[in-house]
Amino acid sequence: MSNAKTNAETVHRVSFLDKNSIAIPILKVLQADGTTYESAVLPVIDEALAKKIHDTCVFTRVLDERMLGAQRQGRISFYMTCTGEEASIVGSTAALDDGDVILAQYREHAAIRYRGFTTEQFMNQMFSNEKDLGKGRQMPIHYGSQALNYQTISSPLATQIPQATGVAYSLKMQKKRNIAICYFGEGAASEGDFHAGLNMAAVLNSPVIFFCRNNGYAISTPTEEQFSGNGIASRGPGYGMHTIRVDGNDMLAVLAATQQARAYALDNNKPVLIEAMTYRLGAHSSSDDPSGYRSKDEEAKWQQHDPVKRFKLWMINKGWLNEKEDAELYVKYREEVLAELKVAEKIPLPHLDELIQDVYDKPTPILEKQLADLKTHIKKYPEAYPKSAGRI
Amino acid sequence: MAEMNMLQAINEALSSEMEADKKMMVFGEDVGHFGGVFRATSGLQEKFGRDRCFNTPLTEQGIAGFANGLASNGMTAVAEIQFADYIFPAIDQIVNESAKFRYRSGNEFDVGGLTFRTPYGGGIAGGHYHSQSPEAYFTQTPGLKVVIPRNPEQAKGLLIASIRDKNPVIFFEPKRLYRASVGEVRDGDFVIELGKAEVVRQGTDITLLGWGAQMEILESAADMAAKKGISCEVIDLRTLSPWDVDTVAASVKKTGRLLINHEAPLTGGFAGEIAATIQEECFLYLESPIARVCGLDTPYPLIHEKEYMPDALKTFEAIKASVKF
Repeated sequence: MSNAKTNAETVHRVSFLDKNSIAIPILKVLQADGTTYESAVLPVIDEALAKKIHDTCVFTRVLDERMLGAQRQGRISFYMTCTGEEASIVGSTAALDDGDVILAQYREHAAIRYRGFTTEQFMNQMFSNEKDLGKGRQMPIHYGSQALNYQTISSPLATQIPQATGVAYSLKMQKKRNIAICYFGEGAASEGDFHAGLNMAAVLNSPVIFFCRNNGYAISTPTEEQFSGNGIASRGPGYGMHTIRVDGNDMLAVLAATQQARAYALDNNKPVLIEAMTYRLGAHSSSDDPSGYRSKDEEAKWQQHDPVKRFKLWMINKGWLNEKEDAELYVKYREEVLAELKVAEKIPLPHLDELIQDVYDKPTPILEKQLADLKTHIKKYPEAYPKSAGRI
Repeated sequence: MAEMNMLQAINEALSSEMEADKKMMVFGEDVGHFGGVFRATSGLQEKFGRDRCFNTPLTEQGIAGFANGLASNGMTAVAEIQFADYIFPAIDQIVNESAKFRYRSGNEFDVGGLTFRTPYGGGIAGGHYHSQSPEAYFTQTPGLKVVIPRNPEQAKGLLIASIRDKNPVIFFEPKRLYRASVGEVRDGDFVIELGKAEVVRQGTDITLLGWGAQMEILESAADMAAKKGISCEVIDLRTLSPWDVDTVAASVKKTGRLLINHEAPLTGGFAGEIAATIQEECFLYLESPIARVCGLDTPYPLIHEKEYMPDALKTFEAIKASVKF
């Protein structure tokens, strides 16, 4: 039989499955007061790792707060926060090896920070100056770094999902002891690329973790209007994929799940789907206002599940942190972000010559001609092109 | 030198490149053991294993996204889209991702080692979903190279060059010629430089420009014209993006006339781009308006294929009209 993949029994009466036929539990380790559940199995974590996770969360909170402010002041054009989703992002990244390749959607700057992206690098990207690794070609927050194995963000939604399958396959073929991790929101899971990427990973045996941040909203569209199944996790078994659902506001649960998912993916050359149940506390981006589509009460309820606070309390309980140290860290990063922001916004923009670089490995004759014509024109009307005219 | 058809030449190019480059992988729908619906990948899985030559699920956007991922992480990816008509589900991955990987990342990442192979064009009684020539959708996208060979020798040399090129390439294969075009092909590996047109036949009265399967149409039309005492210069563009303006412009300055022939519909076709550039480069040399002999602005038909086609006779008429203008 060609459909030998099913060994189902036969029945003789009509009986449908529904969305509750697959009940997918949520892994929780850490309680709101910072203590762990009695029966919970903890992830592998020591004081140094906990401090690095906490440090990354604090930096990201500060960055989000400051840069949203900078956007409101008109200093940068656009911003997106990861506020409320730090445990999903940092908890998963902290389970990885530095050689694992990250393909993010756009809200995962905590992950590139965890890998070592400096405050200066963040600012250079957001101000599109000549030190931006991306050479000022994309909107703010589209970070990327070859050195940190963090692929540059692309605006179109979900395109990174089948790409992650390819990256993971390449790691396997290169015989590296590494995997790829792919972040996306529950909204992106509606795109065709989601299906293509997960199905190919399962069939072609790619060691990749698909990490869905189910944060409740895709811009203004709530999950009820995004999918009608049992979350995103229920799709995993349909692809023949190991799947787990975790409390996305629980740092220890995310860390534990991702550590084990990574080990499984690596040892078996198989993908894993993780659905993190979380909540986007901020707006989708600096361009929208969530008060237009959700209530203050709903947001207040989720404030009580603040993942950064919950993890902080756990560290305090462990004796690895105190309130004073925590408060000082916020002060330190507020000063650092502000200082670097002031430096970055004064750095010149990329030179006009960069305009035709990297379209191909070398500019084509047509591109060279177009640049020459453009320069001639700008020289004639320098006042109309103030960003480049002085530096031709 | 050995005589072979275009499929054999393509297979030889893939095989020799996989031999030389251990990081190269060939994949797509049915390309594994079966060797692809046209058998271009025959024997590759047996030779190089299932990890390097394999079937994918039926998902063009998945194939393209997967290929982007492979190439972005240092592999050489040669992806087959079974028919060029079916490339459209993959267009976002190709146009927004493959084409812009290097630019948008500031050269932090690129997919230079990526080639999409896909059979294009009509003449096989395939109706519109097995006959389209969608090259113009891609020539408008900076970051992609678009290459089309006309015979087995060209197919081998251009495909090897495409695979080795440091940019994503879409390699359109004229399926009408897969078995029909047979010729001598150089042994071993060799490359034909991308971005360079070839003057196939010297002439003095008019320049005929085309690519792929239309080249034999142009040659027939040139033969017909010769009998009327008209000397045609025939040029194969070979690479549509970036295209060789200099070779075409030099020829038109010599002959004073240009005729462009392509199978794709006239409106928005690549001939329009060439005509605009050449009238700018050669305005004072032109003796007649630039002629376009192209497919009709209809979907590619099944039963009226012969009528639809920009064939030799239509080309011959346009040559005479141009010379007599």
